[in-house]
Amino acid sequence: MNADLSLLVGALREPSTMSDLGLPAWDRLIPLARRANLLARLAWLVGHHRLQVPREVEPHLRSARYLAERQQRVILWEVEQIARALAPLECPVVLLKGAAYVMAGLEVAGGRLFGDVDILLPRERLDEAERLLRYEGWFSQHHDDYDQRYYRRWMHELPPLRHLRRGTVLDVHHNILPLTSPLCPDIGPLVDDSRPLPAAPGEVRVPSPVDMVIHSATHLFQEGEFDNAFRDLVDLHLLLEEFGADPGFHAALLERTERFGLWRPLYYALRYVHRMLETPIPDTVLEVLYREGRPRGRVAMMDALFGRALLPLYRVIDTPLSGVSRKLLYVRAHRLRMPWHLLIPHLARKAMRGREDAV
Amino acid sequence: MLTSDLSIGQVTALLAEGRLALRTGPFLFRIRSSIPAISRGLTRLYARHTVEVDPPFSDFHVSLERSGGVRYLFRPQVRFLLDEWTPFKPLPLTQAFAMLEWGMNWCIANHAHHYLVLHAALVAKGDRALLLPGAPGSGKSTLCAALVQRGWRLFSDELALFDPATAEVVAVPRAVGLKNRSIEVIRHFAPAARIGPVARDTAKGSVAHMAVPEGQEEGGAPARVRWIVFPAFTEGAEEQIEPVTPARTMLELIEHAFNYSVLGERGFNLLGRVVQEAEGFRCTYGELEQVVERMEALAAK
Repeated sequence: MNADLSLLVGALREPSTMSDLGLPAWDRLIPLARRANLLARLAWLVGHHRLQVPREVEPHLRSARYLAERQQRVILWEVEQIARALAPLECPVVLLKGAAYVMAGLEVAGGRLFGDVDILLPRERLDEAERLLRYEGWFSQHHDDYDQRYYRRWMHELPPLRHLRRGTVLDVHHNILPLTSPLCPDIGPLVDDSRPLPAAPGEVRVPSPVDMVIHSATHLFQEGEFDNAFRDLVDLHLLLEEFGADPGFHAALLERTERFGLWRPLYYALRYVHRMLETPIPDTVLEVLYREGRPRGRVAMMDALFGRALLPLYRVIDTPLSGVSRKLLYVRAHRLRMPWHLLIPHLARKAMRGREDAV
Repeated sequence: MLTSDLSIGQVTALLAEGRLALRTGPFLFRIRSSIPAISRGLTRLYARHTVEVDPPFSDFHVSLERSGGVRYLFRPQVRFLLDEWTPFKPLPLTQAFAMLEWGMNWCIANHAHHYLVLHAALVAKGDRALLLPGAPGSGKSTLCAALVQRGWRLFSDELALFDPATAEVVAVPRAVGLKNRSIEVIRHFAPAARIGPVARDTAKGSVAHMAVPEGQEEGGAPARVRWIVFPAFTEGAEEQIEPVTPARTMLELIEHAFNYSVLGERGFNLLGRVVQEAEGFRCTYGELEQVVERMEALAAK
């Protein structure tokens, strides 16, 4: 493993090692951590474990910590606003990803930065939900008719909504995978097993632990975006570490994976998080996932692709092959999203528009 | 070591290898670039600033690169990178040095939340500071440049940094950005001012930078803000100054802050303290000489 990356992985996995780092090590660690959206996580760990860091380093950690604290305040506020806006629906509003981690008070929320808020609603209530959210200032960002149709007919979410005044972005999902994906599951059990929150307003809920892991895994290994891939991998690592302490967790995870038919993404998720971050996962679990989920005949190739694409986009780590890997996985993700007869016109359209934008 | 202790050849070589770091106030910027305008600008405008070669730690690692591709040949561009990431779109290569200045400001405004960062010019007499918050076009940079030429200490023409622990302001001495007519106005006002080359046709019009007056490159001791003046340059206007209430001043300062919301309650308490310790004014003016005299009179009171 590259020396800078080992520094970052070491700091994340064994925070106490950060108190032994000298200035030159911090000089390499801070830019990489900032680039990977993980500096606030390091700052949180340093604070949590009361570690000593050099005088020059402390302001940068404080700065990152303030930023994460602010984003978490914003999330709490937005969740309250969303709950109020959607109260008339009288149906569960399930928070996904970061917002769920924060509201559930999980370890992974410590120092986590956010892009947007993700929620999941029953598909048949989407029109109503969108109308209610519009009253509160949330508007669709995509004005292009094609985009609107693309999202609404085939995707698992509405086009992102942006709040008029606050500028925060809300993703309203009705599934965890696109409707056109052959893996698209019946999402009912995720909603049925979601947990209410003592502190949360209205009908706001979070997915059960197994569903949080499954969603995080499908998101990372079915979507073709790798900008935040390493941070997402760290999310998975922390979720698995925290939930794995419960003796029944791994059995429940495998059962759930089978029920949703999501062996492949779970195989990837646990394989790479185990290989790259040494997440403790019982061998028996890895064996079942290998048996059920491995891409036969392509294990070595996928290892080569994901092994590169999941790393931070940072030059000392990035090689020319990393870019190629990400591009191949982007095409793969689109192939997983929809059948060829839908995909080819869609990519052609995107390519044409890309050229217009460039002009 | 000062930049002027190195030859331009050495500066160029060190920049190309990414080994040179520029100190400005509390920040050390490690800069990598092979673009000649960067080494020229540094040796000219930052001659008396402290630099370090291969420092063990730098606050920000930035680079300026020529953009690749076919464009390289017929329309050369420059990209700014922090942590190997480009926060904004490339600019024409002729604006490389201005981009370094903007990029450094961007780093501070977006990643130095251990300060409250205000979009304002800041100068001082001893330990008493004058804060000049203003929207683009209000004339704050021009006024700042003029005051500095009359012996005020330069803290910054763009970024006022408040330390939340002490409510003091900290200097980040950097070349002062002058736009369009201001360039001539300052040349006329202070013929001795050292002004760098003019970059034309930028997003902000023509831009040039005025070097920090000699002896002020280190920034010196922190100060406390005693006067907050909202400048409003209006062509041909009579000079006029009126008090602004603390509450109004605070609201306007919040609007000029880059990271008020990031600091939350800390930011609120800090600005509350600042407006209580200072007097607020709005100053309309059409003549640089008049407003400079007015500021001198405020300080003499």
